[in-house]
Amino acid sequence: MTDRGELLKLSSITKAYPGVVANSDVSLRIGQGEIHALLGENGAGKSTLVKMIYGLVKPDQGRMEFMGRAFAPEEPRAARLAGVAMVFQHFSLFDALNVAENVALGMENPPPMKTLASRIKEVSTEYGLPLDPSRTVGDLSAGERQRVEIIRCLLQDPKLLIMDEPTSVLTPQEVEILFRTLRQLAAEGTSILYISHKLEEIRALCDAATILRRGKVVASCIPRESTAREMAELMVGATLTPPARKEGPKGKPVLEVKGLSVASPIPFGTSLKDITFTVAEGQVLGVAGVAGNGQDELLLALSGELRTAPGTVSLEGVDLGQMGPNARRAKGLVSAPEERLGHAAVPDMSLVENALLSGQVRKGLAKNGFIDWAKTRSFAEEIIASFDVRTPGTDVAARSLSGGTLQKFVVGRELLQNPGVIVINQPTWGVDAAAAAAIRQAILDRAANGAAVVFISQDLDELLEIADDFAALNEGRLSPVRPVKGLTIREIGLMMGGAHGMEVAHHAH
Amino acid sequence: MIRLEKRPSPSRFWQYGTPVLAVVLTMIAGGVMFALLGKNPFEAIRTIFWDPLFHEQFASYSRPQLLVKAGPLILIAVGLSLGFRAGIWNIGAEGQYIMGAICGAGVGLALYPLENRLIFPAMILAGAFGGWAWAMIPAVLKTRFNTNEILVSLLLVYVAQNVLASMAIGLMRNPDGGGFPGSRNLAKFVSSANPELISGTGMHWGVVAAFMAVIAAQILFQRHLLGFQVKVTGQAPRAARFAGVIPARLIWLCMGISGALAGLAGLFEVTGPAGQISIDFNVGYGFTAIIVAFLGRLNPVGILLAGLLMALTYIGGELSQLMMGLPAAAIQAFQGMLLFFLLAVDLLTNFRIRFGAQREVG
Repeated sequence: MTDRGELLKLSSITKAYPGVVANSDVSLRIGQGEIHALLGENGAGKSTLVKMIYGLVKPDQGRMEFMGRAFAPEEPRAARLAGVAMVFQHFSLFDALNVAENVALGMENPPPMKTLASRIKEVSTEYGLPLDPSRTVGDLSAGERQRVEIIRCLLQDPKLLIMDEPTSVLTPQEVEILFRTLRQLAAEGTSILYISHKLEEIRALCDAATILRRGKVVASCIPRESTAREMAELMVGATLTPPARKEGPKGKPVLEVKGLSVASPIPFGTSLKDITFTVAEGQVLGVAGVAGNGQDELLLALSGELRTAPGTVSLEGVDLGQMGPNARRAKGLVSAPEERLGHAAVPDMSLVENALLSGQVRKGLAKNGFIDWAKTRSFAEEIIASFDVRTPGTDVAARSLSGGTLQKFVVGRELLQNPGVIVINQPTWGVDAAAAAAIRQAILDRAANGAAVVFISQDLDELLEIADDFAALNEGRLSPVRPVKGLTIREIGLMMGGAHGMEVAHHAH
Repeated sequence: MIRLEKRPSPSRFWQYGTPVLAVVLTMIAGGVMFALLGKNPFEAIRTIFWDPLFHEQFASYSRPQLLVKAGPLILIAVGLSLGFRAGIWNIGAEGQYIMGAICGAGVGLALYPLENRLIFPAMILAGAFGGWAWAMIPAVLKTRFNTNEILVSLLLVYVAQNVLASMAIGLMRNPDGGGFPGSRNLAKFVSSANPELISGTGMHWGVVAAFMAVIAAQILFQRHLLGFQVKVTGQAPRAARFAGVIPARLIWLCMGISGALAGLAGLFEVTGPAGQISIDFNVGYGFTAIIVAFLGRLNPVGILLAGLLMALTYIGGELSQLMMGLPAAAIQAFQGMLLFFLLAVDLLTNFRIRFGAQREVG
C-alpha cells in the first residue's frame, strides 16, 4: 500500500453514441493497490468507461496506459490477458451448472475439474469467501453467486479488478464480508476500480474517487476527507432537498394481505411464502430486500397479474385474490411495475396509447369497448403537465423518452387516477436524482391525501426516507413489519436475511 | 461507409413508403431477371401489371379474375393479421380454408336436392365453423400444453389435405359423376350457389365478405379496445398482462377469428369459382395470404391493396407465360422478390441510413 506505482492511466477518453456523448475528455489514474471509486448517477457514463477498459467498447479518442504501456484491448480476452478482470452487476452464470463448472466456462484454459475444484476452495478460503465448488448455482443466494464471479476473476490473478455496483445485491452483513476481501486484495497489491453511487460505502472503502456527471469528470476527491453530502452534490450538480413529509393521520386498514403463498410465474423466480401485512390509509409501507427475493412476484400478486387463493389479498374487506388487474383498478388499487419498457409501458407506442394502457378503467377512456381517443389524449396531456414530463409531444414513442422522464409519466399515470392503494416497485431505479425526488414527493403527497402505499425498493436510504413502516423480503418471505423510527442498519440487515448463512459456510471448512 | 442508425420513433413516411419502394425494386430486379432470360423486360413488366386489366383481347377474361383471386386472399389475410399483430402465428390458414369448404359443402350436399333460401346462410355458418374449429386445435394445444402453434397449425394443413382427398373420392363424391372423384357442382344449384353478383366484375359474396372484413378490422384496430389489446400483446406481452389482457383468451380469439375467416373463404370458393370439392381444390390461398398480410403491413387497408396487387401478379404471371413463354418458375421468383424486397426495405421504418464516417459529437 505504501508504494503507489501507477497501474492504469486514462487520458482524454471520449466516446459518443448516436445522440449521446457517453464520455467526454475523461482522464483518470489508478495506482497499484489502490481502491478507486468511480462515482456518478445512472447514465453518467460509468459503465461505458469501464467497458472501454475491459475491451467491450472502443474509445473514439484518447489514450489508455496500463502498467506504463499503451493499452487498447480489442476484446475482453485481450484485457483479461493483460490482467484486467471484471465482476458485472448482472451475473453471467448458468443456473443448472455447479460452481466449478461455471468458473471453468469463464476461463481460457481451464485445468482439470479436480484441480480446479481444489483451487476454488483454496482461493475462496484465503480471501474469506468460502464457496463449495460442487454446489449448483441455481441454489445459491445472490451474495454467493457474486462470490462465484469474484473467485472466477481471482483465479486469473488480476492486477486490476473492476466491480460494477457490487453491493446492490447484498445485505449490510454481506457487504461487510465483501469489503474485508477487497481490502485484503488491495493490501496484496491488486488495484480495484469500484463503481457505485452509494456514498457511505465509498467513504468506508475507497482511497480515491473520480466523480462523473454527464460523461465528464467533475471532480476527484479523497472520500474519507469529504462528506457524503458534498459528494452527492458533486454527483448530481445541484443542492438536494430531502422530501417534505406532511404527517397525516393514519386511517383504517385498507389493503390486507393474509397468508399469501404463490408459485412464481417466472423461471427461476422466487415463490412467495406466507406473506402477511396490512397497510392503512395514509401509511407508506417500505418493502426492502436484495434483488430476486420475491419483489417482482409480490407486485404481480398485488396488481392482479398473478391470481392468488381466495382471501389472501383483500381491499377494504373485498376479496381481490381472483380478480384481474382491471377489476382491482376499478376497486382503487393501482400499480407500477419495476420494468418501465415492456411492462409498465409499451416501448413503441405513443404516450397517448400508453396512457390508455392502465388508465382505461378508472378514467373511463372507453365506452362499450370503443376507445375515446380525445379523452385519452387529454389524460396523457394532464399527466405530462402535472408531472413535468419533458417530451416533445404526446405522439412520441415511449422508448424515445429517457428513463427518468418515462418513469415520471408512468408514476403520474397511476397517481392521477385518484387511487386508494398504490403498489410500486423500484420507482426510482435508473432515474436521475431530480426526477427521483419528484417521484418520491408525488407518492408522499398521495399518501398524505389518504392513499395506502406499498413501496418496494432495493435502495435502503430511499425507504428509510419515505416509509412509515418497514419490512424486508427474504427468499419469498416477508419479515414482520416494524416502524422505521428507531430501526438500526444492523437490524435491517438481519431482516433482509443477514449474511444468508454465508459465514456458517466459513466454519464448515 | 454506410451506417444504420436507429430512429427515435418509427418513421411514418416509410411505414407507407416501403411497400411502394419494394414494388419498384421488384420491377427493376425482375426486369433484369427477365432480360437475362432473353425476354424484353419492359414488355414482361407490362404484361404482368398492365395487360390483365387493359389488354384489348384478354382483359375481358382476366379483369374479373382480379377480384375472384383477391377476395379469398384478402379475407384470409385480414384474419391472419389479427393474430400476427398479437404475436400469434397461424400458418395453417390453408388447412382452415379446406375444412371450411368441406363443412360448408357438406351442409349443402346433405340437403341436396332441397331448394330453400336458408341453405346458403346455413352453409356460410358451417364454413365459418369448420375453419374456426380447425384453428382452435392449435389454439387449445398452445394454451393447454404450451405447444408451438406454428408447427401444429402448419401440420394440420396436411391433415386437412388428406381429409379433402378422402372426401373427394369417398363420402362427398358425386353419385351421378360416373365414378370420377369430386362432389356435385354446388354452383349449379340455386340454393347453394355463390354467383357472380354483377356480371363481368368477378364480384361474389366472398369478395363482399372480404370488403366487410377489411372495414371491420379497420374499426377494430382504430377504435376498439380489443384491437388495442391485440397490438399491445404483440409488442409487449408483459405490458398486455399489466393492462389486464388474459393471454389464453386472446390466443383463442385471434386463432378463432382467423380460422373462421379462412373457413369462409373456402366456403365461398367451393360454392362459386371452384364449384365443387375436388382433390386439388386448394391452390395455396392460405399460404399466399401470409405474404399478403405482411405486404399490407398487417394493416387492413394495406392488405386490401396488397391482395389486389398479389392477385394481379398471379393473373399477369399466367398471362405472361401464355403470351411471352416466360417459365412459371420465373414468375414465382418474381413474386418471391416482392416479399424479399419488402422485408429488406422494412428496416427503413426503424432505421435511418447514414453515409460517411461516424460524426464526432461534443
